[in-house]
Amino acid sequence: MAKRALHATEDAPWVRWTVLGLVCLFIGLMLVLPLTSVFVEAWRKGFDPFLEAISEPDALSAIKLTLITAAITVPFNAVFGVCAAWAVAKHNFRGKALLITLIDLPFSVSPVVAGLIYVLVFGLQGWFGPWLIDHDIHIVYALPGIVLATIFVTFPFVARELIPLMQAQGTDEEEAAVSMGASGLKTFWRVTAPNIRWGLLYGVLLCNARAMGEFGAVSVVSGKIRGETDTMPLHVEILYNEYNFVGAFSVAALLCLLALATLVLKGLLEVIQPEVSGRAVR
Amino acid sequence: MVTLAPEAPLLPAPRRSVLRRRSAVPGFGLTLGLTVTILSLVVLIPLAAVVIQSAKLSPAEFARAAFSERAVHAYLLSFGTSFIAAVINGVFGVLTAWALVRYNFIGKTLLNGLVDLPFALPTAVAGISLATLYSPNGWVGQLLTPLGIKAAYNPTGIVIALTFIGLPFVVRTLEPVLRDLAADVEEASASLGANRLQTIVRVVLPALGPAWLTGFALAFARGVGEYGSVIFIAGNRPFVSEIAPLLITIQLQQFELPAASSIAVVMLGVSFVMLLVINAIQAWSRRMG
Repeated sequence: MAKRALHATEDAPWVRWTVLGLVCLFIGLMLVLPLTSVFVEAWRKGFDPFLEAISEPDALSAIKLTLITAAITVPFNAVFGVCAAWAVAKHNFRGKALLITLIDLPFSVSPVVAGLIYVLVFGLQGWFGPWLIDHDIHIVYALPGIVLATIFVTFPFVARELIPLMQAQGTDEEEAAVSMGASGLKTFWRVTAPNIRWGLLYGVLLCNARAMGEFGAVSVVSGKIRGETDTMPLHVEILYNEYNFVGAFSVAALLCLLALATLVLKGLLEVIQPEVSGRAVR
Repeated sequence: MVTLAPEAPLLPAPRRSVLRRRSAVPGFGLTLGLTVTILSLVVLIPLAAVVIQSAKLSPAEFARAAFSERAVHAYLLSFGTSFIAAVINGVFGVLTAWALVRYNFIGKTLLNGLVDLPFALPTAVAGISLATLYSPNGWVGQLLTPLGIKAAYNPTGIVIALTFIGLPFVVRTLEPVLRDLAADVEEASASLGANRLQTIVRVVLPALGPAWLTGFALAFARGVGEYGSVIFIAGNRPFVSEIAPLLITIQLQQFELPAASSIAVVMLGVSFVMLLVINAIQAWSRRMG
C-alpha cells in the first residue's frame, strides 16, 4: 500500500476529517439549525397562515416603519461616512487617531445604553423633555427617537469601511485633478467617487442590515405602541411574548430573507473587489 | 516656483499649519467640521448625558444604584457568560478559520458566507430561534433533556446566545493572519525535525496569538453589551439569569432614571476599558508582525 508522503504544511487525513467534522457540527448547531428553524416554524401550519401573519395591519405597519427608518438612517450615515473618510483619509491633522476612535465608539456601546442616552436627552425627565412637551414635539416613543437610536448603532459602518480604502488609494489622483483646475466637488464626483463606489456599497449594505434589524436600542426608545412605533424586530418580540409563534416566526422569516440577501450581495461585492472584505469585523 | 496647490495662500497661515500639514486636496475644513459636528450631536453629547445624569447622585447613592446586589449579580453574569462564550468561539474559531484557509472542500463558499450570518441576522430573530431550539421541547432541547442538561432559561442559554453572536469575530480576525503565514516557516520547522503537532503548537499557534486575542476580546466585548439575542433564551430571573443590559431596561421601565444611568455608566466604563485593551493588543500585534 503506497502512501503519498504528506507535504510539510499538510495535515494527516484523520486530522482534516476531525477538524471539518467539528466545524460542521459547530456551524450546524449554532448557525444552520437556527436559520432553518425560523422558516420551519413560520411555515409549520402551511403557507397561508404565514402570508396572513405578514399581511395583517400591525405587521404591515411594522414593515413600513422599518423601511422608513432605514430610508432615513442609511443615507444619513452614508453621507456622514463619506464626509468623515474624506477628512480623515485625505488630510493630515492632529487628533486624527482620536477622531477615528470616537467614530468607532458606538460599536463598543451596548445597544441598550445607546437607547437610554436618547431617553435621557429627549425623554419626559430628560434635558429637553419639558420644552418638547410645551411645543408638542415627540422624539422619544416616536419616529425621531427610533431614527436617532438607529443612526447611533449604525454610525461607524460606512466610515470604517471607507477610511482604510481611501487611505490606501492616497491623494495623488485628487491632487492631479485639483492642479488641473477641477473644483473640489468635481474632483470628488469624477475622481474619488468611482474609486470608492464598491466600498461605499459594502458599507451601506452592512449599515442597512443592522438598521433594519436593530432591536436593543430601538426597544428602549420606541415605547412599542402596536401599529405605531413597533419596528419589525420589535413586532417579532411582541408576537413571541403573546405566544403567537407562527406570527413571530413569519415576521422573523422576512428578516431572515433580508439577512440572506445581505450575505449574498456581500459575497458578490467581495468577488468584485476583494480588498473590501474582512473589514466588517474591525 | 512650481506649486501643486493652486489654493495655497500667498501668506503663510501659521495657525492652520500647526493643526495640520497642508494637503492639496480641498474640502478639509468643510468635511472635518461636518464630521465633528454630527459626531458631537449624535454620539458625544448624548453619551455625556448619561454621565451627567448619574453625577446628580451622591457617590453613596451612585454606589447603591450601580453596585446593588442585583446589579453586581448581573455584571458577573454578563462577564462570566461572555467569557465562556468567547472561549468556545476561541476554540471553534481557530478550527473554522483553519478549515477555511487550509482545506478545500465542497461547500466552502457556503460555509464562508454563513460565518457572517450573526452580523446580518437581527438579534431578536436569533433570540427567538435559539430559545425555541434549545427549550425542553425544541429540536435540540429534547435531545438534551434526557441527558439532564437544561440549555434554555438559565445561564447556559445565555452562553449559547452569546456564542452565536460572537462567532464571526475570532474567525474573521484569524483568517487574514493565517493566510499571510508563510508556508516556509512550517516547512523549515518540519525540515528541522519537528513533527506536525510540534510545528502547530510551537510555530503556528504562537504566530496566531495576537490576532486570536483580538478576536477573543471583540467577541467578549460584544457579548457583555448584547441584549436582543439573550433575553428570549435567558429566562431573566433576578440574581440567576438577568444580564446587565436587561437590568437597565427594567430600571428604565420603573422610571428609575438615575439607577438606569448608574448601571449604564458602569457598562460604558467596561466598554471603554475593552476598547483600550483591544487597541493595546492590536498595537502589540503590529509590533510582533
